[in-house]
Amino acid sequence: MKYVDEFRDPRLIKNVAREIARHADPDRHYRIMEVCGGHTHAIYRHGLKDLLPENVELIHGPGCPVCVLPMGRVDDGLAIAEQPGVILTAFGDMMRVPGTRGTPLELKARGVDIRMVYSPLDALRIAQTTPEKHVVFFAIGFETTAPSTALTLARAKALGVRNFSVFSNHVTIVPAIRAILDSPDMRLDAFVGPGHVSTVTGCRPYEFVARDYGKPVVISGFEPLDILESILMILRQLRDGEARVENQYRRIVPWEGNLPALRAIAEAFELRPYFEWRGLGFISQSALKVSAAYAAWDSEVQFEVPGVRVTDPKAAQCGEVLKGVLKPPQCKLFGKECNPEHPIGALMVSSEGACAAYYRYVHLGEPVTV
Amino acid sequence: MCLAIPGRIVEFSTEQPSLARVDVAGVKRNVNISLLEDGEVRAGDWVLIHVGFAMSKIEEKQAHDQLRMLSALGEDEMAMDEIRGYSFADDSAR
Repeated sequence: MKYVDEFRDPRLIKNVAREIARHADPDRHYRIMEVCGGHTHAIYRHGLKDLLPENVELIHGPGCPVCVLPMGRVDDGLAIAEQPGVILTAFGDMMRVPGTRGTPLELKARGVDIRMVYSPLDALRIAQTTPEKHVVFFAIGFETTAPSTALTLARAKALGVRNFSVFSNHVTIVPAIRAILDSPDMRLDAFVGPGHVSTVTGCRPYEFVARDYGKPVVISGFEPLDILESILMILRQLRDGEARVENQYRRIVPWEGNLPALRAIAEAFELRPYFEWRGLGFISQSALKVSAAYAAWDSEVQFEVPGVRVTDPKAAQCGEVLKGVLKPPQCKLFGKECNPEHPIGALMVSSEGACAAYYRYVHLGEPVTV
Repeated sequence: MCLAIPGRIVEFSTEQPSLARVDVAGVKRNVNISLLEDGEVRAGDWVLIHVGFAMSKIEEKQAHDQLRMLSALGEDEMAMDEIRGYSFADDSAR
């Protein structure tokens, strides 16, 4: 099936690129962070950097759930998996993320019962059909995924499934944006806001960025034209000395978000006082733990969790890349010891990670399409 | 991870009100619809699916755009694997 429509129309894309060039003040250098890993992937895939003037720089943000998960949490999850009678379940993205003693996939090969699932409901189903085992769901993701885990917890409780629990590593995007804004080595002018996360959160949570920090935020879709248009909207605001939250992705993102999803999160989760993010360190109130009402389904209550803290391999500079201080190829290991076949850092694992996207589309030079 | 897969609602489950059968590029599976407001969708409507849950109602045109975008990002096969992989409702194992 071949589609030709406005999102790919080369003429429209050229027009927007020309408008961007016209709006960019040549005496100024713009640093715009795309928060979401899906945007990072799309930017590399479509070679959008080449359509932007030299002085409009895109900084890749922390919006890739496996990339920001510290290695210690992977180790903690795997330590639970090794306890007798446990089946650990996780999304595919998680299976190749290295812990100190290997990836979940490698531990599985060594006989630990670790299974890939496509939905938290699949994990619950395994618990129902395997009553002699305890099934742990290794939950990761931002607000896009947290409601699904929340409803799965609600279902486990409603059905009285007692051999199921959630090892929650859910994180929330807004505190990470605040941490980046407060970080002294980050000088940003504006944000391309996440698309699918915002279908759940709505646009309101980003208002503080404009109000308190004076930086524009434009929630963006994932098509080449969406991203370019969002950059143009940002440059317009900056030219006019404005700072507002704008919603370029109105066709999917409602301003108020998804209320049933927000209710589900509030019911099954509570905010952790703090949580460690890879590259960003400890950020207060930035992650979700299973709420007290669901303690019987909280892996961290049901199991001894070692609470491992592991510093990243010294040579890998994931932290600097995650903060946008280094570009992927500036890391010493990039494309050498660390590559998509043998990732050392999580940024090389997920297709949403800046290193994997850069490797595929710039380093290997896979053809890009607009 | 953040795949959002468009599907069209075929019918609602009579046994489980939280489930609806969706058609994604010809593959039919049950997904959970509890994240949508009551009565928000009807048979024939399009939704975006993420990890087994319908996350939002969308227009048909957006659904086609989304499908095409997945294929442009090289994630269409992954999306179909995900849809085929849902095993939480009885019928999906068939």
